[in-house]
Amino acid sequence: MSIEARGLSKRFGTFQAVKDVSFTVQTGEVTALLGPSGSGKSSVLRLIAGLELPDVGQILIDGEDSTWSSAERRGVGFVFQHYALFRHMTVAENIAFGLDVRKVPAPQVKERVTELLELVQLAGYAGRFPNQLSGGQRQRVALARALAPKPKVLLLDEPFGALDANVRAELRAWLRRLQDEVHMTTLLVTHDQEEAMELADRVVVMNKGAVEQAGAPSEIYDAPATPFVASFIGASNRLEGRISAGRTEVEGCDVDWRGALGAGGQGARDGTTDATIEAFVRPHEIEIRRERGTEGPSIPAAVVRATRLGWQVKIELALPTGRTLTVHQDKEAVDALGIKAGQRVFITLRGAKIFARDIAATASPAAAQLS
Amino acid sequence: MASPSGSVAGSGGGSIVVVWSATDSGAIPTSAPPRLLAPSERPSPRPRAGARTWQRWVGRAFVLGVPLAYLAVLLVGPLLAVVAGAFADGAGAFLGAVTSRWALHGFAMTALMSGVAIVFNTVFGVAIAWTICRDRFPGRAALGGLVDLPFAVSPVVVGLMAMLLFGRQGWFGPALAARGIRVLFAWPAMALVTTFVSLPCVVREVTPVLEAIGVNEEEAARTLGASRAQTFWRVVLPNIRWGILYGIALTAARTLGEFGGVLLVSGGLAGKTETATLVIYRHLEERQDQAAQAIAVVLAMASILLLLAMELLKTKRDRDLDSAGRTR
Repeated sequence: MSIEARGLSKRFGTFQAVKDVSFTVQTGEVTALLGPSGSGKSSVLRLIAGLELPDVGQILIDGEDSTWSSAERRGVGFVFQHYALFRHMTVAENIAFGLDVRKVPAPQVKERVTELLELVQLAGYAGRFPNQLSGGQRQRVALARALAPKPKVLLLDEPFGALDANVRAELRAWLRRLQDEVHMTTLLVTHDQEEAMELADRVVVMNKGAVEQAGAPSEIYDAPATPFVASFIGASNRLEGRISAGRTEVEGCDVDWRGALGAGGQGARDGTTDATIEAFVRPHEIEIRRERGTEGPSIPAAVVRATRLGWQVKIELALPTGRTLTVHQDKEAVDALGIKAGQRVFITLRGAKIFARDIAATASPAAAQLS
Repeated sequence: MASPSGSVAGSGGGSIVVVWSATDSGAIPTSAPPRLLAPSERPSPRPRAGARTWQRWVGRAFVLGVPLAYLAVLLVGPLLAVVAGAFADGAGAFLGAVTSRWALHGFAMTALMSGVAIVFNTVFGVAIAWTICRDRFPGRAALGGLVDLPFAVSPVVVGLMAMLLFGRQGWFGPALAARGIRVLFAWPAMALVTTFVSLPCVVREVTPVLEAIGVNEEEAARTLGASRAQTFWRVVLPNIRWGILYGIALTAARTLGEFGGVLLVSGGLAGKTETATLVIYRHLEERQDQAAQAIAVVLAMASILLLLAMELLKTKRDRDLDSAGRTR
């Protein structure tokens, strides 16, 4: 019961919504399509469901070419962001719909509806109408309705997008437990990386209609393949610099990458003679000191603001180039340093994802990831 | 809670979540520190000035009185006048007039015209509304405007167009006459004109409902294995039923009173091609005012009943429009 997308492209008028998208969802696995709004992830899902037809490409569901088969014959369960429950039908009628249209005998339908109502923990709600339910309940009915005809695969389009934050977290945990029970092959579309990381075995990051990177959640976070993934997944500070004639400079300061970044820095010097670089540094990968450090290079900075966030302190720094950085430190560390606004400090980068771009060929950003 | 610089990439989903929730709230340099909400201020009622009470009453009477007087002169007056005229010679005369051969035939013809218009305009009206809302083709907006044309064109002009089409020298007239089919000066032409002038009623009422409910439920039905026909009958139709019924009531109201277009194409054959309005017209020409007014009262009654039905349907339809907004 796998899903395979091969080179899917789709254009709406002059807008290229999906560009050459390929990925596979293995049987029993949850894969998340993650990206900002307008990245084409929902379009991909609609292509797989048969609600849109691709201009180019192929869709295989359970190994069978479904590219041109109509939506009602694909055997997919689709859950919409805004539930799309049939408002003139009761909860039970909604869940029974997919069975009724297949002419399943009434006793069997009743049995399956009861079973699903229990699965989604809405046993007492069979006779209610959708507008008598809360958002979270509606979405669970939508899920039960999608599961009723026993689809080959489950497609979820921003399933928690319209819910309150706490309901969202609760429903997400519930779906995770449900998934452990039923092991449906699931493709989940979301712009919420937390949701993707929590629910998915694999994440496909999309941007501007194309796939940026596909991999396990930790892979995406630890080893972003493109500058977009580095900046999109988790919080990051983006720094600019250049490597030329063996010297590395970030934000106008010479840095010794060996000291700051270990072995990766050596590769940068040897491998690339002349390049502009983008460095992505996470807020906890920056160390603040009062004095210029002895181990490794330091960049001078000024404290703009220090804000207490529970057990952490968020410190905003301004670099000489005018760029601002966000640093997160434990409260104890900040207290020990006595950091306050206006102070001049030095920072050391403890880690970074660096992307080099050859100056001679700036048009094609090379994914030379050095750390 | 995990330390922020700890195993961020670790397999534990929990630690990732913590780091994000902590960093995300601080990652945007421009984000302002959380503000405390100011206690809500309750507006205190201002003491009213008691001195100018009589002026306020005069103003209120004027604001209320002028529209009421206007309505009385334009609506209630004529209605009372026509009822008074109908019963001027007593209830027996009224009953006699409304059950005369002419009157009964007129009512039957009006019912037939309305019935034909309702059937055709409901079926095709829903189809047209569907095309306007769901299909994407060049000139879609133009079609939406074109549908309103029958409301803009005078029914007399419509009757004239029908005459040009089906008359002896018309486009279709000779061909139909050769097959022995009589259209002009018979009920088919009258039904055609009536249908034409009431075409926009259903379309205009169904289109906004279709727009409001959106395609979500239809798409859900499709992914659940419903065919296009099943989707229409089981999902779309129940959602637009009040809109359709409102459109039908509007069609009925519009066709009951149709006069000019029908007059042109009917040929005015007494007792053969006369709708109720045409009977009234002939009675007036023959100076049988009481009979004319009696039939007018029946038509007015029918219209008032329709009006009540429409008010009822409107609240139901508006609820459909509302729930579309809520469940989406």
